[in-house]
Amino acid sequence: MRSVSPSPPEPARGCRYAEGFTPGLLDPSCTTPAFVAGPNCKAADRRFNVYRNNVTVSLMNALADIFPATLRITGEAFFRAMARFHVRETPPTSPLLFEYGRDFPDFIERYEYAQSMPWLADVARIERAWLDAYHAADGGVLSPAELAAVPPDRLGYLVFEAHPATRILRSAFPAVTIFSVNRASGPVGRIETTAAESALVTRPALDVEVRRLAPGADRFLGGLVAGETMERAASAAGEVNADFDPAAAIRTMLEAGAFAAIRHGG
Amino acid sequence: MPELAIHPDRGASAGLRFPAHAIDGLAGTSFKHQHLPSILADEEQDRGFFEVHAENYMGAGGPPHAALARIREDHPVSLHGVAMSIGGPRPLDKAHLGRFAALVERYEPLLVSEHLAWSTHGTAYYNDLLPLPYTEATLRRVSEHIDEVQEAIGRRILLENPSTYLLFKESTMSETAFIREIVRRTGCGLLLDVNNVFVSATNHGYSALDYLSNYPLGDVGEIHLAGHAEQQDDEGDLLLIDSHDGPVADAVWRLFDIVIGRCGPMPTLIEWDSAIPDWPVLKAEAKAAQSILDRHAASFGQEKMHALG
Repeated sequence: MRSVSPSPPEPARGCRYAEGFTPGLLDPSCTTPAFVAGPNCKAADRRFNVYRNNVTVSLMNALADIFPATLRITGEAFFRAMARFHVRETPPTSPLLFEYGRDFPDFIERYEYAQSMPWLADVARIERAWLDAYHAADGGVLSPAELAAVPPDRLGYLVFEAHPATRILRSAFPAVTIFSVNRASGPVGRIETTAAESALVTRPALDVEVRRLAPGADRFLGGLVAGETMERAASAAGEVNADFDPAAAIRTMLEAGAFAAIRHGG
Repeated sequence: MPELAIHPDRGASAGLRFPAHAIDGLAGTSFKHQHLPSILADEEQDRGFFEVHAENYMGAGGPPHAALARIREDHPVSLHGVAMSIGGPRPLDKAHLGRFAALVERYEPLLVSEHLAWSTHGTAYYNDLLPLPYTEATLRRVSEHIDEVQEAIGRRILLENPSTYLLFKESTMSETAFIREIVRRTGCGLLLDVNNVFVSATNHGYSALDYLSNYPLGDVGEIHLAGHAEQQDDEGDLLLIDSHDGPVADAVWRLFDIVIGRCGPMPTLIEWDSAIPDWPVLKAEAKAAQSILDRHAASFGQEKMHALG
């Protein structure tokens, strides 16, 4: 292995074009770089604008692709204005566009014009988790038979390995209901619930699935994902919600394919 | 194209995971997942190839890999990188290069290509194919980057000529001279995007035919065709945009015909990346390309027979 130098080598002379080209790509107040032109030294403002437009619009489109329910809720014009601000403030740091938008929900939470939709950021968080689940590593899921084979007196000591796609998101709003109706193609009626909802996002095979978790079940599954024993996760869930039903939560997690395996059984 | 065959001594990859399909003289299309059911249901035994943007398959798993593995069973695949930033001044992103090499290893693509352009600078990824000046300094840097990519994947890449909207005052050589010298230094092959030639020639006021006569056609391993859109520059003159959102223009078909007449049938891709039509429309564009390839294949075959006789 060659040793790695602590900082990238300085670009050679004649390699400074990128430094001069990039500031204007995301900042409309920057003028066209002086070192570019059209043929026969024609002005190049509109020519440079093609690049500005390609960069900004393609990244706004990337956000629109990642957050379709958010777009449907806000409408096209609102979404594009909001996305433009975010693209200019926070361009991608990875060449993989499906990694983009991780900071967008927090941006939405701060965005002045979205303050009347306090649940919007959580809907966006579910959408971001949906895409993470979509691209997550493939893997088998824990079967009900594997769990059934564990002697009842050992169940409390079980520790689980989460499936790579599994994500749990908590919201103080009915974010899962809002997400679900806006990701579907049908008409969106009035949403009557105001209850807090948590989402379980999984991908047991190729299709991403999003489920609403009952209060307590989110704490239970979150604890298992974090590596708690079943007993500890269940007792913490009971503190959150006295009516917590461990059997129902276990059925949900098996049905959703939230876990890959029993890691060890105490 | 024996140089483009899978590298014979790639260790584990020597045992091929996918069938070896021929790609010589074939037309193909961009692979869009929404077309997969139509492609699989297509009764017509279609031998066309599919090209994918490498970056879309750099996730760990899920539907993208399932779809690509499925299409790779029945068709030749071309792996087209869009974000290596070969034309940038900074060192290549080693992690990205590693992901690219892993895809080459995993899917055994018949063709592997990247762009004469850049898209990353500092920490930001700009998601566009940005232009570079053509100078001794950039020539050296681009050649080093291509050497590094070819070393990492253990095979030759095809480098695509860009569509550009502006020129750099500091450029000291033409694009064709630049490309010719890159081929000489790195041994890479070329992906000739005929639409890009037409777009750049229109935008910069030179003749596309002159460009082609200075371009090293003998090193071409693949051709791209695509649609473009029309805008205006600062002085109201026509400015073409490489939009990939419609059918191939008549002028581009004519240039394609001339190119194939000169260099013989080549794997030819119809690129269509936005406002994507239903599969039959895209397939019809590929068939139009195939008929031109087949017409020239006949005459090139005859020439070969004459030469042998």
